[in-house]
Amino acid sequence: MSDPTPIKEAIVPVSGTRRLSWFVVVNIVGELFLTAGALILLFLGWQLWLNDIIVGSSQNDAASALSQQWSDSNSTPSPSASFAASPSIAAPIVLPSKDAPPVIARPAPSAAFANLLVPRLGADYRRTISQGVGLDVLNDSAAGIGHYPASQLPGAVGNFAVAAHRTTYGKSFHDINTLVPGDHLFVETKAGWYRYVYRNSVYVYPTGVDVLKAVPQMPQSSPGDRIMTMTSCNPFFSAAERIVAYSVFDAWFPRSGGVPNELSDLTTSKGK
Amino acid sequence: MYAALWRLLPGPLWVRVIMAIALVVAVLTVLVLWVFPAVDHLIAPQEVTVGP
Repeated sequence: MSDPTPIKEAIVPVSGTRRLSWFVVVNIVGELFLTAGALILLFLGWQLWLNDIIVGSSQNDAASALSQQWSDSNSTPSPSASFAASPSIAAPIVLPSKDAPPVIARPAPSAAFANLLVPRLGADYRRTISQGVGLDVLNDSAAGIGHYPASQLPGAVGNFAVAAHRTTYGKSFHDINTLVPGDHLFVETKAGWYRYVYRNSVYVYPTGVDVLKAVPQMPQSSPGDRIMTMTSCNPFFSAAERIVAYSVFDAWFPRSGGVPNELSDLTTSKGK
Repeated sequence: MYAALWRLLPGPLWVRVIMAIALVVAVLTVLVLWVFPAVDHLIAPQEVTVGP
């Protein structure tokens, strides 16, 4: 950087060594400061951009692999009583089952047991839901969404509560403030697809645990509906508040009946 | 510091340039793969859950 200067200084013999060392020290300190600044900028670039791309795409891939695995293990669709579509039609209309939705067995800690697919959040939006809301799940490059272990499971009467990052680590819930009442959210498990309809959002303080109750924010009430609650941080890049999005269970599509049309239309329109 | 590093690199200019670029890439790789994830766990995590 300051290449010629030390040589010129070195010609001066008396008291030059002190001035030279002083100069070198200042030089090194200055370069260390510059390096520190560059490192902080690089870290921010990694945290807010590069890591989201890496983790987000690997979370999408993990969810795709999981649903592929489930559909492979059910490769021979057997039309159930409530499903009357002919397999000869190119795109049969998939009707929801009239039966009560099944509830899967309680998954082991940090095990992936479901996928969340939200057309509003993008045609290729699919993230895996794993058991637990610790950082081992939420920061995982495969999970993306964590399930509050004490809350109910998909399809069960009560509250199916999940959490995910709003920013960083794939930011699975970055856009949940863009949901519109009536939007469909699909929770895919080994058994099939549970369709939830987005209802409303509330903003609470981080201690607002009532949103996880079987009837959210009404701890005394006994549950009758099947609710899905999504929590994330609010505002962006802050932990001051939580955004909480409520959806209500609406229909259930068994895996044997095929992929719901709303989801299969998404993938065909994308040319996949 | 960086000037001394540059003087340490052997060979003609183009070899030095290639080596310098390789060094920068190596440092960035180490940062992205190991240093940044480790640092991220040390600074305040993004809390997304509700809890008492």
